Amino acid sequence: MRAYRLICAMWVRSLMAYRLSFALTAFGNFAVSAFDFAAILLMFSQVDRLGGYSLAEIAFLYGASCTAFGLADLSLGSMGRLGKRVRDGTLDTLLVRPAPVIAQVAADRFGLHRIGRLTQGALVLTYALVILDIDWTVVKVLTLPVMLLSGAGIFGALFVAGAAFQFVARDAAEVQNAFTYGGTTLLQYPPTVFAKELVRGVTFVLPLAFVNWLPALYILGRPYPLDLPVWTAFTPPLVAAGCLALAGLAWRTGLRSYRSTGS
Amino acid sequence: MGTDLIELDGVEKVFDVRRKTGFLRRERHEVRAVDGISFTVPRGEMVGYIGPNGAGKSTTIKMLTGILTPSGGRLRVAGIDPSRERTRLARRIGVVFGQRTTLWWDLPLIDSYRLMHRMYRIPDARYRENLDRCVELLELGALLDVPVRQLSLGQRMRGDIAAALLHDPEVLYLDEPTIGLDVISKAKVREFLRDLNTQSGTTVLLTTHDLTDIEQLCKRVMVIDHGRLMYDGPLAGLHEVGESERTLIVDLERELPPIEVESRGW
Ligand SMILES: Nc1ncnc2c1ncn2[C@@H]1O[C@H](COP(=O)(O)OP(=O)(O)OP(=O)(O)O)[C@@H](O)[C@H]1O
Ligand SMILES: [Mg+2]
Repeated sequence: MRAYRLICAMWVRSLMAYRLSFALTAFGNFAVSAFDFAAILLMFSQVDRLGGYSLAEIAFLYGASCTAFGLADLSLGSMGRLGKRVRDGTLDTLLVRPAPVIAQVAADRFGLHRIGRLTQGALVLTYALVILDIDWTVVKVLTLPVMLLSGAGIFGALFVAGAAFQFVARDAAEVQNAFTYGGTTLLQYPPTVFAKELVRGVTFVLPLAFVNWLPALYILGRPYPLDLPVWTAFTPPLVAAGCLALAGLAWRTGLRSYRSTGS
Repeated sequence: MGTDLIELDGVEKVFDVRRKTGFLRRERHEVRAVDGISFTVPRGEMVGYIGPNGAGKSTTIKMLTGILTPSGGRLRVAGIDPSRERTRLARRIGVVFGQRTTLWWDLPLIDSYRLMHRMYRIPDARYRENLDRCVELLELGALLDVPVRQLSLGQRMRGDIAAALLHDPEVLYLDEPTIGLDVISKAKVREFLRDLNTQSGTTVLLTTHDLTDIEQLCKRVMVIDHGRLMYDGPLAGLHEVGESERTLIVDLERELPPIEVESRGW
């Protein structure tokens, strides 16, 4: 953690030497993410409800998904560059330093501009919370931050697992992007618009449903399409911990398979 | 254990190489990069580690730093098993890869040093003292604010050597530290390394293809070929062993027609 902080701080400092360029890339990151929401707004200019959900409710799902993803992407998004280091052997230089390799890889060229996406998600989430009419209870209030952090944990596990596969597979980064970026887009819509099989898949196989669907539907007071018991809305921290543990295992296995290069 | 800082006992490294021999067909074969090497290096010694291309020098150094895990044998550096406790060992060793920088490519040299200062938890006074010494002896003063990628090879190498020494390592591994340097830069680097070894008592393991490096720096030299240790002893003894065969390489300024070489026997 300490090494991660130190390296990130160094990149941020160097980034701040080019404030304008930072502002532009951060804005670009914000805008790309905002297009997704613009598409949803456009849809609602034609219809009142989508899969039985109002705009405010979908904005809530959207905001939760984007914020969770944004947190993971901001802190671990750099891991996508690992594959290159594995192939050209420059991972060697990280291995001779007294800090965990995973921290160094995650902080490598730390991209603060990714804060754009996070900001956009957080704004939509705030907007949804303002216009939604929710019967707030203590449990619901607590579920909200737990949902965001656990969601970030689940996405974070995907980033780490994706990085682990980059040790062995050349195109692992693309596959991982399909799951992370694809996953966050999927979660922006309510489960009712998808086929049952898909919903089952992202609940029991790749547990993306625990990022926002289950806890958010609980907060909104909506039933989950697969008739899961209500308490499953409180399981995201456990699911996140499990995913992170598995991802950590994959990472260790991947790192052990690293064999450097001949020159 | 005693005073031996580096201990190798029958160390091996086998690479499993897969080669594409056709569509979907692959052939597997083993490369024994290091094939049962044993030696020890006492604290404070400066040893040359030489051999032809592909002999296994870099592979040995990678095992000594913990980058690669040996396929067999026993390996200890400062009493630590490098691949098991890589991060703990990292504080006690310094590494320079001539072929590749350990500095942060896009950032000014000084940023890399500042980060090392914090990452290795070097006491402020030590850091200042070491940095000042390196900057003076390796003439880095004018380069500190230059991004690493803009440095010339020789400048970068000096920057890398300084980076490897800021945390007072007990062992310094140098894998071809003089590769591509001009005569003056080479002399400077050598002088610096000699002072380091005599004044700070740092143990140094050096690989190079320039025998002058060895002549000027190392009393002891190890020769490896095909992953095996062929010679271990004083440099003078090497000449006796090597007497049987000599290679003369002539670099021509421009292309010239081949010359007839007349052999008269030696
Ligand atoms: N990562 C790797 N994967 C497969 N084979 C490797 C790998 N690294 C090294 N080798 C092989 O191991 C052998 C020893 O390589 P090594 O890099 O240790 O040689 P070297 O003595 O450093 O040579 P040079 O003087 O050219 O730097 C070579 O045959 C090389 O092809
Ligand atoms: Mg080499």
